[in-house]
Amino acid sequence: MSTDTARSSTESNVSGLDYEETELKLALPGASRTPAADADRKRGFSETVADLSLGASRTDSRAGDCSDDSQASAAGKPPAAKAQVVGWPPVRNFRKNVLKSCTYVKVAVDGAPYLRKVDLETYGGYEQLLASLQEMFSCFTIRKYQSERKLVDPVNGTEYMPTYEDKDGDWMLVGDVPWKMFVASCKRIRLMKSSEAVNLAPRETTGCTSTR
Amino acid sequence: MSDDEDDDHRRSIDLAAGDKPGGGVLSSDPPPPFSDQVLENVLENVLQFLTTRHDRNAASLVCRSWYHAEAQTRRELFIGNCYAVAPARAVVRFPRVRAVALKGKPRFADFGLLPLGWGARFAPWAVAFSSAYSWLEKLHLKRMTVADADLALISSSLPLFRELTLFCCDGFGTPGLAYVAENCRRLRVLDLIENDMEDDEDDEVVDWISRFPETHTCLESLVFDCVRCAVNFDALEALVARSPVLCRLRVNPHVTLGQLQRLMARAPQLTHLGTGSFRFGQVGGEQEVDLEPAFVTASRSLVCLSGFRGLTPEFLPAVLPACPNLTSLNFSYAEITAEQLRPIILHCHKLQNLWVLDTVGDEGLQAVAATCKDLRELRVFPFHAIEDSEGSVSDVGLVAISEGCKKLRSILYFCQRMTNAAVVSMSKNCPELVVFRLCIMGRHRPDHRTGEAMDDGFGAIVMNCKKLTRLAVSGLLTDKAFGYIGKYGKLVRTLSVAFAGDSDLGLRYVLEGCPKLQKLEIRDSPFGDLGLFSGIQHYYNMRFLWMSSCKLSLRGCREVAQRLPHLVVEVIRERCEEEENVEAVEKLYLYRSLAGPRSDAPPFVKIL
Repeated sequence: MSTDTARSSTESNVSGLDYEETELKLALPGASRTPAADADRKRGFSETVADLSLGASRTDSRAGDCSDDSQASAAGKPPAAKAQVVGWPPVRNFRKNVLKSCTYVKVAVDGAPYLRKVDLETYGGYEQLLASLQEMFSCFTIRKYQSERKLVDPVNGTEYMPTYEDKDGDWMLVGDVPWKMFVASCKRIRLMKSSEAVNLAPRETTGCTSTR
Repeated sequence: MSDDEDDDHRRSIDLAAGDKPGGGVLSSDPPPPFSDQVLENVLENVLQFLTTRHDRNAASLVCRSWYHAEAQTRRELFIGNCYAVAPARAVVRFPRVRAVALKGKPRFADFGLLPLGWGARFAPWAVAFSSAYSWLEKLHLKRMTVADADLALISSSLPLFRELTLFCCDGFGTPGLAYVAENCRRLRVLDLIENDMEDDEDDEVVDWISRFPETHTCLESLVFDCVRCAVNFDALEALVARSPVLCRLRVNPHVTLGQLQRLMARAPQLTHLGTGSFRFGQVGGEQEVDLEPAFVTASRSLVCLSGFRGLTPEFLPAVLPACPNLTSLNFSYAEITAEQLRPIILHCHKLQNLWVLDTVGDEGLQAVAATCKDLRELRVFPFHAIEDSEGSVSDVGLVAISEGCKKLRSILYFCQRMTNAAVVSMSKNCPELVVFRLCIMGRHRPDHRTGEAMDDGFGAIVMNCKKLTRLAVSGLLTDKAFGYIGKYGKLVRTLSVAFAGDSDLGLRYVLEGCPKLQKLEIRDSPFGDLGLFSGIQHYYNMRFLWMSSCKLSLRGCREVAQRLPHLVVEVIRERCEEEENVEAVEKLYLYRSLAGPRSDAPPFVKIL
């Protein structure tokens, strides 16, 4: 039953509206689309598997089964990280907020009388966190030495080391552990004057700090 | 709240058409002396034994005198959609109601799909009830916008009012609670569950707990875990101390372990306890608190335990003494691992309801399956509610549960990956399933072992679970899955669909095949006008249909609206969008109604 073609001709007759705009695609709005995209086709199964990098060996034998009603077409490949969709997965905001609040941490700066709060989950990694801290306490610039990260107050040259208190109550240098582990264990952050930071847990010397 | 069917509205519509004010007998014979009145009295005495609304609806259709007798004796009023009938009409037909259950927004509002200000305000109902229902005792509201002023009105107008349950509501804050505490002298139940409460500014927070009467109260249930601001603890403790029949207490996370201990000492007879957080406060001295003795005492009566928001896992073993008697346990805000769960769950032989986070993993679920042989309801929520997270529960956990918990009736399961085999397994092992809600968080995700669509798994569920009334599907699904649902899902009342199906056929299978379908909510699926039309014979039997990000056109929706005059067809845009004559319909919400198009629709809602 070719309801699809019948429908699309009716619809475009009615409004002249280009249905491709409203077609469901796993891509950010405005992303480029292949010219061969068929307005009413769901993504073919083979594309889904390929894009999701699932068991690649399955694509050929299975492509027939679930594509009876839709012909394979490239409706536009999704970006590597799928765009977040409103309300999906379907978890109530109440619940999301309750669980989310665990990743809010207070940020204190030695010598500054105020505290700020950041939500660690909104950052992808250390770079973004430090950039955000820099913006927040806008007098700092980030200076990177070899494997260390420091924030520097350009006015008086005081160096601050970003440190954090973990779940066990120990104060550690920010950047030592993989990002996700940091997010899970960080209770609060303190920008400590470098001079005071000497007593912290020793850094690992195998120090590649690529922590994404 | 139950999700039972509501009135058979189509029959109500027929009745409404013949409704005459005053309803007298039209026969030309002189009426026999007394017999009408006698009949009415007898009827009322008999009908009072009918309690369920289905029975009452059936009785009301027999004839006019039964209709009147039933209307006079109905004590509990259930309105599944606040826009299906006008408040004035409801109170005129049923003048002696003592309890009302009222539901507002469609469920997808919970996930941000309904713009703010859409409607479902309680205010017009508050006005109607406060003048017409002087004997009103109980009010259960779900997904309504309730203002502080509404609570003020209700609490001051209804002298017998004793039970207020607000579930997933919004629009009120501590001032509203203060009115209730202060004015409702006979209050027995104040249950505030998952409401989105107003964030009062610090200086506007009202100490509502202190407003309860200073004498002994008749409070049986006080649930306030969703109240964001801290309550006056001393006042709370004093309230609990002077509430001798209090058996359900769920506090908010501001209550510390030390404070919890004091509350438990004041109320050793609790059957339901919500611990709030389950961690120590900042105040010193709390480190010495040992809650285990409190739970030993509580174990004599405690059957339901919840809370644990932001818990310190090391102190979890304190609840062990209460475990053997627990029938209901909610760990769904507690980030615990299988290792932390196991020693607790090992003792929960009587458990019937369990809510957990997926941090417990498949191993945690295996531990549950090994012990909780009487489990009826399981909900596994995602800790990271995003599509591509690691995911710690999978088909392995589902199979384990199905093999261990054969009496399972209701399951809600969030996961990253699933297999058809696991779902088939559950369909065979758990024939008592009434509710099956599987959420594979990755959109369009197929069976991770075979690469196939999830059609066969869900097909097996509808085929083998003969009592199934509620179903939520996910993962990669073709029209075939909907074919199964239409063919076998003869008792399905609620169906939830997201990112599924291939064509209008899918929607047609369901609308033509499921005679009991009441609530259908669909998002991001390729169903268009033809699919929509296939439900025209059925929409009057349904409470509502929601379709968003599908392929509907204004013309198609208009046609449905024209053919079904008692249907309200709402086309909803985003708040900020300008009104243009866009043919594509982004959100459709249609529902049967005796009240016609509502007058309180905001500008972004177009009623066709």
